[in-house]
Amino acid sequence: MLWSVMTIGVYMSYRVMNMPDLTAEGSIVLGAAVSAVIIAQGGNPFLATLAAIPAGMTAGLVTGVLHTKLKIPGLLSGILCMIALYSINIRVMLGAANVSLLRRRTVFTGLIETGLSRNMSTLILGAVCAALAVTVVYCFYGTEIGCAVRATGNNDEMAKAQGVNTDMAKVMSLVISNGLIALSGSLICQYLGFSDIQMGIGAIVIGLASLIIGEVLFAGRTFKRALIAMVFGSLVYRFVIAMVLEAGMPATDLKLFTAITVAIALSLPNLKKKLGKSKGKLVDWQGRK
Amino acid sequence: MLKVDNVTKIWGAGTADENTAVDALTLNLEEGDFITVVGGNGSGKSTTLNAIAGTFPVDAGKIWINGIDVTKHPSYKRAKLIGRVFQDPLMGSAASLEIQENLALASRRGKRRSLRWGINKKERERYRDLLSILGLGLEDRMSDKVGLLSGGQRQALTLVMATLKAPKLLLLDEHTAALDPKTAAKVLEITETIIKKNRFTTLMVTHNMKDAISLGNRLIMMSEGKIVYEAEGGAKQRLTPGEMVDRFAMG
Repeated sequence: MLWSVMTIGVYMSYRVMNMPDLTAEGSIVLGAAVSAVIIAQGGNPFLATLAAIPAGMTAGLVTGVLHTKLKIPGLLSGILCMIALYSINIRVMLGAANVSLLRRRTVFTGLIETGLSRNMSTLILGAVCAALAVTVVYCFYGTEIGCAVRATGNNDEMAKAQGVNTDMAKVMSLVISNGLIALSGSLICQYLGFSDIQMGIGAIVIGLASLIIGEVLFAGRTFKRALIAMVFGSLVYRFVIAMVLEAGMPATDLKLFTAITVAIALSLPNLKKKLGKSKGKLVDWQGRK
Repeated sequence: MLKVDNVTKIWGAGTADENTAVDALTLNLEEGDFITVVGGNGSGKSTTLNAIAGTFPVDAGKIWINGIDVTKHPSYKRAKLIGRVFQDPLMGSAASLEIQENLALASRRGKRRSLRWGINKKERERYRDLLSILGLGLEDRMSDKVGLLSGGQRQALTLVMATLKAPKLLLLDEHTAALDPKTAAKVLEITETIIKKNRFTTLMVTHNMKDAISLGNRLIMMSEGKIVYEAEGGAKQRLTPGEMVDRFAMG
């Protein structure tokens, strides 16, 4: 549930903007680091969680400016920002590679004190955050600006012809997307009880895996459905991972497993086309086959 | 309305493939002018149109639209003044957005976009009326994704989008070239109706000599980045496609 917020962020860049954004790997740790440090210093956990959002947004802004103003290809801009964030995240964590939240009050503490189990409170809070993220993103894309942003991701030339500042639209997507990803990082670290410099590795792939699972299993024709599908995609992904671990796969093989899953899922539509076996047309909400 | 003053565009300047696509071109359009542009492949027609739209910066010269020097404006800024329809039917609309969302986007061309809801009920009714004029049945498919439409339908929709906010200048770049003859005729008919009704200042590139002669009040022929022939009014109407082809050959 906590990861679904990140999946929505990944959806914004990968699907809507058509740009896989590797900043995610750094901004998820940034969100975790910012919140963990504030909480470890005795700060209010809710404020600490909120503080993660502008931090992630700033990271998105940097990637956006690298990409649009300095004309660095999107993928590379994300990589540059991700690498830079590695150093920055260690600085944020006051020079350490991890920060422990042992016996500190987190956003979950209040719920647990009401007598709920740790997992239940995580589920409730995660659901609230996911619902909020879906609502905010859905409403954003419904606005005049949001419409222009979607058009930019879909058809840059057309957006320009309709007077959309497409550079601005791209930066805005990256800012919001990374804000969400950092929020997700903050929640995850509070759930785990620590923030770690390594926790972002493969985040983008996990996001993509959840995204694809969501699209295949739950996506409908409308935009709202697509966003909700992201939440359920994340849940199913976690469920699958839990099952694989249960079945005895060493945890260290997980990344390999995820990468292979994503590779298969991404190549399936093309393989199907090549084999000419696709019966009827599979069209997702963007009208792609 | 449009003033193109000594505009030059060179591709690959300084390399072995240097190619002057537009060569010190000067062109004036009065308000309400409808000019058709003909010329062979590589004659600089599309480059001229794109230079006016701001797709790339020009190497020399100035461009004024409606008295504003737009030479240094990026294309999204010029879009305030210009409506465009592209040769590629897929280019003018966003496939993943609904028909009504595309129209809503176009109706806000040149306006500051805000966080207000992107489309409201009143404009929906207006779009329905506008689409019903096309006679393509699109008015009943307003919430369909544009990706589901045919090339001709998309081109007609793009035309509506380009003219929704009355543009100071309408640029049509061989917008019927990718369509089958029947659809092309239909789209052209819609084009003529819209332009006549609103007296839009228009620049239309075409490969069809007959269309170039029958439509508009002025015709220019381009070759190697220059205007090589011009005809206006009665003299233009008296041209024959055969004559045009001869002039073409003379270059």
